[in-house]
Amino acid sequence: MQLKRLAADVVIIGAGVVGTGIARELARYDLRVVLVEKRADVAFGTTKANTALVHAGYDAEPGTWKARLNVRGNALYPKVCGELGVSHKNTGSLVVALSEEQAAHLHELKERGEANGVPGLEVIPRERVLAIEPGVNADVVAALWAPTGGITSPWELAIAYAENAVANGVELLLSSPVIGIDMSEGRVASVRCPGVVIDTKFVVNAAGIWADDIERMVGRDDFEITPRRGEYYLFDKRVGHLVSRPLFPVPSQSTKGIVVAPTVDGNLIAGPNALLVGDKGDLATTAAGLAEVIEGARRLVPGLPVRESITNFAGLRAVAVPAGDFVIGLSPGVPNFVNAAGIQSPGLTAAPAIAEAVRDILADAGLELVEKPDFNPVRERPMRFSELGRDEQSALIEGNPLWGHIICRCETVTEAEIVEALHRPVPCTTLDGVKFRTRAGAGRCQGGFCGPRVVDIIHRELGIDPEQVTKKGGRSYILSGPSKDPIQRQATCCCSAETGGADEHKIEMRECEEVGGHAHGRV
Amino acid sequence: MAAMRTVECDVAVVGAGPAGLAAAARAKQCGAGRVILMDRDRELGGILNQCIHNGFGLQLLSQELTGPEYAEHFINEARDAGVETLLDTMVLEVTQGRRIVAVNRTEGLMQIDAKAVILAMGARERSRGGVIIPGMRPAGVFTAGAAQRFVNMEGYMPGKRVVVLGSGDIGLIMARRLTWEGAKVEAVLEILPFPSGLTRNIVQCLNDQGIPLYLSHTVVDIHGEERVEGVTVAQVDANLRPIPGTEWDIECDTLLLSVGLIPENELTRDVGGELDPVTGGPVVTDEMETSTPGIFACGNVVHIHDLVDNVTREAWTAGEGAARLVAGQQPGGRTVRTRAGEGVRYVAPQILHVDNLASRDVRLFMRAMRPAERVQVEAVVGGEVVFSKFERVVRPAEMVVLTIPRGKVSPGRVSLDSASPDHASGGAQPELVVRITPRDCDTAAEGGMKA
Repeated sequence: MQLKRLAADVVIIGAGVVGTGIARELARYDLRVVLVEKRADVAFGTTKANTALVHAGYDAEPGTWKARLNVRGNALYPKVCGELGVSHKNTGSLVVALSEEQAAHLHELKERGEANGVPGLEVIPRERVLAIEPGVNADVVAALWAPTGGITSPWELAIAYAENAVANGVELLLSSPVIGIDMSEGRVASVRCPGVVIDTKFVVNAAGIWADDIERMVGRDDFEITPRRGEYYLFDKRVGHLVSRPLFPVPSQSTKGIVVAPTVDGNLIAGPNALLVGDKGDLATTAAGLAEVIEGARRLVPGLPVRESITNFAGLRAVAVPAGDFVIGLSPGVPNFVNAAGIQSPGLTAAPAIAEAVRDILADAGLELVEKPDFNPVRERPMRFSELGRDEQSALIEGNPLWGHIICRCETVTEAEIVEALHRPVPCTTLDGVKFRTRAGAGRCQGGFCGPRVVDIIHRELGIDPEQVTKKGGRSYILSGPSKDPIQRQATCCCSAETGGADEHKIEMRECEEVGGHAHGRV
Repeated sequence: MAAMRTVECDVAVVGAGPAGLAAAARAKQCGAGRVILMDRDRELGGILNQCIHNGFGLQLLSQELTGPEYAEHFINEARDAGVETLLDTMVLEVTQGRRIVAVNRTEGLMQIDAKAVILAMGARERSRGGVIIPGMRPAGVFTAGAAQRFVNMEGYMPGKRVVVLGSGDIGLIMARRLTWEGAKVEAVLEILPFPSGLTRNIVQCLNDQGIPLYLSHTVVDIHGEERVEGVTVAQVDANLRPIPGTEWDIECDTLLLSVGLIPENELTRDVGGELDPVTGGPVVTDEMETSTPGIFACGNVVHIHDLVDNVTREAWTAGEGAARLVAGQQPGGRTVRTRAGEGVRYVAPQILHVDNLASRDVRLFMRAMRPAERVQVEAVVGGEVVFSKFERVVRPAEMVVLTIPRGKVSPGRVSLDSASPDHASGGAQPELVVRITPRDCDTAAEGGMKA
């Protein structure tokens, strides 16, 4: 393979919400920035599988990175999400005490939060809790009200960050795992991915659960990432009204506990439990883990109906050992390699602040920051049919009939939205990529209806053979190949015959043109 | 700004599968004026189009047809009757006032004002999240119907080595179909101690193909990061919980789920009105009218059928009911509430007009709670068996039909003595209990008992 050589001021490794956030922050300046991601899309790691909360910031010990960046990140959210067209709801949040003993702990949390600079914390009595959250356990004694708590969409944010970064000149390399980092005189000289070498002045390590593996490539071993798995239930929108804001139990030493929260899309989410796992690929849910989640969730909201579950999933928190805190800063002894590692909760909330912190560390390390006059901080929110009024919907269809063709019936997603998602600045080629951008397949039937149709649209728009279309990149193929009977294939592939790709298929199609139209008793 | 086009009609039918087709044609045949039939797909016939196996129409048409052939019969009937169709059209909204908002590529948004609306959206398949299967989340987990669409409509195989979870009919049909297409179906697993699909499908799709069926078994783990690499299966106990120590692994690249259908009732919910907690569908009268006046429903929207013939019959009733409403000839007067008694999981319709019971045969659909042999299926009013029939065998997988001949329940018989005290309206309503009891065994007391 011909080796491509790129030159950069900064290479950022990892395109989760942290890496994309840093990329977008650096895009403000006159820099050559390359963002590399091992997976087929941005946001495909921990970013796509977490509780999607914007934390107020009372949990972390004062003085830690977590405490500082949580509160700062929380304050940045309205502006960042406003500029980037990302869903964010400032719902406030509640820590629910179910006994007097737990209630006493609320005051500790409040003091800690105040030390961290969290505004507006208040311990509220039972009656007020039940008045605003009628679904909460009737045993509630009191709750800590945090008015700055909220919810967001982590993948929307990462995708928006990446799109805005790319629009402002950042180069994004997907499906590009880092296979080596070359050193010269104690400094990083270049980053190697399959088929490409990037000479660079600085590297930022935002590799999530693989951040320790990346750091070892520069000869350092300052921390270990021990993945801690969290399992989740997602519930149908039909029961979305049960809870209006994130509900937390009184936290334990190691975790904030199992949360019940609304999502920005109108579903309910419950989770996570916490289990150390040895394997960074272990995203399996377990019967025991899911039972633990339901038990925990029902302590907060006893009426939570399991039968309204639409999916379960697991995410891995990137817990850095021994730090316990975020690991943010230069790798000791390597003057141009910055870690943004160990970003467990409240990492999503902190992401905008982590971007600022990393920018400042890079500047201190000698990176010259000259603001670009033409930086555009705005990324328009992609239009969603389901979010529009009837008049707006009508106008769109008049301009482009694909707006009148509903592909995902559960979430009312049109063909126009899917086609648009496939041609945005950050390319998207997978079923999951389409789902995260448009919500096609994210509803109650989980793609049972629209899956085949989305495969067909990807095939038509991108010229990818249907059997090469994947769920999430790599070898996650949806289909194994054509079935034996070519007549059937003709019947539905005729619409896409003009897109290139499978010449041998075209010949088959032509042969059965006459009979194909009758294959299914079409009218 | 383009104004939304408004169309008026007598009857609007949502969904052009077997239920919608038959309902629309029958409404038109019974004298309704303009009848509009809408479907979100690009062709009429609904799911029948991907059901290319035969076995359709044995009861109703005395022929063994494929799904598309069965659909064609009723498509022709609808067309001959003068039903208008709107394809590739999604209904976004139905109001209590029988106003529909729909959308398609050519017309954009449109408003359809109907005197009667027939809901015939069918059902969707229960997915992995609905049955909660632990494990990884690789590609290669399909609902059986989605796989069927890929194979029969798109011409692609979902995989080469397949495990099917659930012995529902679609799963059984797909086990055979994939085998014929060259895939190896390793096993079909059923969590219940008896099959969920029709006996003929067990025989023809599994036994004849040499595919093993494991009853009281389920999938407890899914392996593979990118694509399915295998599943762990286990035997379950009487409470359907996996028995530790009985697990074994099956290597496969595909897991098909045939774990039940859910009535597609999002629009029904928007309209409001009473839902049956057992069926998941709307409560309907013997006219197939929901508790919202002028809104009718039929087919899998109301309850999950196993035979399309029964769907068509039910749809005819709905079409006739809608036409009667349009003509101002709806039955009025008193009604009887049906209730599932001993051995019966549910019964539909849930409300019967006393006038209809007196003047015509009334068909009741019900599901047996458990398999049983040599039973009486009985209708009981006020503690008295008003009609019964013998069944050699009943199974939960196969719908039990009891047609009460006209006049068996005379208006005089339905007195307030047979009233159910817990009727939603607060007032007492007479009750008709259906039950399945062993033959030669007198359990008359049950039907007379109050809830």
